[in-house]
Amino acid sequence: MSFLPDLFGQALNGLSYGVLLFLLSVGLTLIFGMLDVVNLAHGSFYMLGAYAGLSLIAATGNFWLALLFAPLVVGGIGALMERACLRPLYRRPPLDQVLLTFGFIYLFEDVVKWIWGGRIRSIPSPALFSGSVTIFGATIPSYRLFVIVFGLAMAVALWLLIERTKLGAIVRAGVFDAEMTAGMGINIDRVFTWVFAGGAALAGLSGVIAGPIQSAYPPMGASILIPALIVVVIGGLGSLKGSLAGSLIIGQAETFGKAWLPGASMLIIYVVMALVLLFRPQGLFGRPLR
Amino acid sequence: MTPSDPVRERPARGALAVLAFVVTLVLLAVFPLFAGAYPVKLLQEILIWGLFAMSLDLLMGYAGMVSFGHSAFFGVGGYVAALLLTKSAPGLSSGLAVPALAAGACALVIGLFSTRVSGVYFIMLTLAFSQMFYAVAFQAAWLGAEDGIVGVPRPSILGVSLTRPVSFHLYLVALFALVAFGLWRVVRSPFGRVIVGIHDNESRMQAVGYPVNRYKLLAFVVAGVVAGTAGALYAQFVGSITPDAFFWTTSGEVLLMVIIGGTRTLGGAVLGAAAFILLQSLVSSYTERWMLILGLTFIVFVLFAPGGIVGALRGRIGLRA
Repeated sequence: MSFLPDLFGQALNGLSYGVLLFLLSVGLTLIFGMLDVVNLAHGSFYMLGAYAGLSLIAATGNFWLALLFAPLVVGGIGALMERACLRPLYRRPPLDQVLLTFGFIYLFEDVVKWIWGGRIRSIPSPALFSGSVTIFGATIPSYRLFVIVFGLAMAVALWLLIERTKLGAIVRAGVFDAEMTAGMGINIDRVFTWVFAGGAALAGLSGVIAGPIQSAYPPMGASILIPALIVVVIGGLGSLKGSLAGSLIIGQAETFGKAWLPGASMLIIYVVMALVLLFRPQGLFGRPLR
Repeated sequence: MTPSDPVRERPARGALAVLAFVVTLVLLAVFPLFAGAYPVKLLQEILIWGLFAMSLDLLMGYAGMVSFGHSAFFGVGGYVAALLLTKSAPGLSSGLAVPALAAGACALVIGLFSTRVSGVYFIMLTLAFSQMFYAVAFQAAWLGAEDGIVGVPRPSILGVSLTRPVSFHLYLVALFALVAFGLWRVVRSPFGRVIVGIHDNESRMQAVGYPVNRYKLLAFVVAGVVAGTAGALYAQFVGSITPDAFFWTTSGEVLLMVIIGGTRTLGGAVLGAAAFILLQSLVSSYTERWMLILGLTFIVFVLFAPGGIVGALRGRIGLRA
């Protein structure tokens, strides 16, 4: 194996992982920016997405239907959770909400074990992308290329939605100052629910497309949460741009770490985070602290 | 609503509290005389996790710093004790003193960085730091990597070997009493009042002239030392330590205990640990759905009883702290 194709292949692997992290962390960062809630159950939505995808593929035999409907299911669960459990807590100290979402991690993980069992379940990639292609001498599974293109397209679509539409303007206003936005006559409660459900749906989507790469297993939610939180911290809490930049950085750092420093690969993302926080405590695109 | 009003208790109530404490300790110490091996094991587990939970309560209930990375110190205490007990003479210093100090030193370093920020940032930083320890323990061959360190012997103090179940039980109860009393003194000391003041209104304490950051750091270190002690005891109790001790769900579990029991009460933390461990052993013997029930219990407590068991009892009986 020669050096350059290997490097290129790793970079693409890192990119596909980064794109997954982006879909996951964008909801996390918007939910935090708007609701002041660090949703620790966000990884659980990712897990729920993977399992909902698994069942939908089994039922319909069609990956694309699963890709469409699994996020809707997860988004619905998110909306329910926000309405029923988080809403009553908005008047309490924000930490109560963080603690509540922690309880949901256990709940969701055990429900998944109950329904689907605790074993690792592999999810087949769609027939269209089951092969692999060779680019610059590196052999890449074509499904990974699909993930990259799809994820980047989603990033552009989200950017357009948030920066170029009225709905996006309301969300940005809510992130900046929710109380003032409500004062301008916006039904902020409904926006909260939509943002929470949207973030959950994106995490679910991330889970579906991660399925063929990483398989589905119950603790997957708890283990993806930490990289996603680190992305949010690196990018700056509440920043869409930051979550994209942070995802791409962490995606590369973790992939290259696994290849080049197998003995300390798990440590790398923390080193990256420490370095960023040392020079920019508010994250790359975050508003200054206090 | 201030659960632990820092007004001195009247002497009669103070004497009553001391009496209750002593009676409880005696009951704990003689428990193996009239209980089987399994209940005694559960009690010992409660004592160890109770220590761990009290140290977190000092941090979140009194000083107002909700840490999601308290497992770092529990794990450091456990790993240092396991290393020293397996590789050197198993005594008091290798089994307790050095592990606790090592955990304190780690708390000093982590605290220097994380006590500067608050709220969500504090949660994230502590979480990330503890996960760093997990990553190291999981991948370092000299720490046994995934499998951790097994075959940890129990130490001997003053020539008495703690391998006998009776002596180990008394050792646990004595240490529990010592640390619980120490923490009780700490929260009632001027230092304890100051950290409660910081919790309630940080900028006012700063304006009054207290070096707020130094107090927060000291609270963080004290909590780290106690958590390290609990971790060292845990390694001796189980006879092994694995990277899971560092994993963030360990921090989460001890947080659950404090919340279920009730914050800013110390005793509540122990009650929470007892409730958690008894519920776990009870539920797991009937169903595999322990995590589901744990999650639901926690959600119900956060939604409907934010004061925990102690808060609920006080509300029912109408007692003031």
